[in-house]
Amino acid sequence: MQPTFDSQKPLFLSIAEWLEDAILAGAYKEESQVPSITEISLSYKINPATALKGVNMLVDSGLLYKKRGLGMFVATGACKKLLRRRQEQFYEDFIRPLAAEAKRLEIGADELSAMVKRGYEQ
Amino acid sequence: MRIELKNVSKRFGQTQALDSVNVVFGEQKIYGLLGNNGAGKSTMLNIITSRYLADSGEVAMNGQPIFDNDACLNQIYLLSEKSFYPDSMKTGEAIKWAAIFYPSFDRNLAHQLAERFNLPLKKKITALSTGYASIFKIVMALSSGAPVLLLDEPVLGLDAGHRDLFYKILIERYSENPCTIVISTHLIAEVAGLIEHCVIIKNGRIVKDAPAQDLLAGGYTVSGPAGLVDEYIRGKRVLSQSGLGGLKTASLSGERPNELPQGLESGRLNLQEYFIELMNEEA
Repeated sequence: MQPTFDSQKPLFLSIAEWLEDAILAGAYKEESQVPSITEISLSYKINPATALKGVNMLVDSGLLYKKRGLGMFVATGACKKLLRRRQEQFYEDFIRPLAAEAKRLEIGADELSAMVKRGYEQ
Repeated sequence: MRIELKNVSKRFGQTQALDSVNVVFGEQKIYGLLGNNGAGKSTMLNIITSRYLADSGEVAMNGQPIFDNDACLNQIYLLSEKSFYPDSMKTGEAIKWAAIFYPSFDRNLAHQLAERFNLPLKKKITALSTGYASIFKIVMALSSGAPVLLLDEPVLGLDAGHRDLFYKILIERYSENPCTIVISTHLIAEVAGLIEHCVIIKNGRIVKDAPAQDLLAGGYTVSGPAGLVDEYIRGKRVLSQSGLGGLKTASLSGERPNELPQGLESGRLNLQEYFIELMNEEA
């Protein structure tokens, strides 16, 4: 799993999303340690301050917590919390752009629903 | 360590290399000093380290004038195009002598870095290829132990693998031992993620001095059918525009809007594009 530096968002947001994805996918289990700021900045060759800013976003939303002198750990319940938040964002992140593209391609609402259904069942 | 330049000017013959430059390198940050060839980057770094004398203005470290002040100069290491080692000296000998002359020089680290870069220690410095000459300078700079590192085009002539290794080692050093690092380079895309603060210089003047994030958040791109883009950008501050057939992309300064008219897409500026556009703006 790699962060997508698509240049459409600031680097620290890409780092935050990458960590969230990794937690959702179970790569970092609850109560286990996540890579350190230095490890993250080294792997992606980014400024440690940027990596810290990304990681702190997860700390602020209670997904990660700090153990003094040890590092960052995934909080209990982080996975569920993330899942709920991503579900809430799903409409904005996916359905709206999907609908906009469908309109551009002159695909009607019924046709679109049928396609979504077909895609879901595959 | 706070290095401050106040109204510093320098002229070489007809060329105004630096024109009333005011800038502070004050924190333990990685600064990017960006500018086209001949913009004045090297002149600035050479003035900070007393290799050149400014025509006017002040250069100070923690309030003390730097010029010819050994106590200050010992805290600064400049990696530059010029090398001051005797012609016959071998790389390994240079490391040995550096450890004798510079109390904070870390000889073990220099040997470790040389090994990671495969820098031969028994070769004369003058006989190194362009790439290895750069590697030798990098090894010396990163082992210097100085709290201020000025790196003038550090990756000149390095291949992709060695550049990658250099960026990694730079982050390692900076993470273990935070210091003030100023990197001047024209490979902007490569260092974009490393730089926390940008100082952009053009024709001897500082044109931007701000956190990298803020610079990029200060503009956005809009693309779509040319007619729609033209309509949208009317009355706005346009940095640049380019077209391809009926499609057009414009870079605008200002905050990126949440909503755009139907058919238009917005994007984020990247540091390299931003820089090129800034350089193309009329002075």
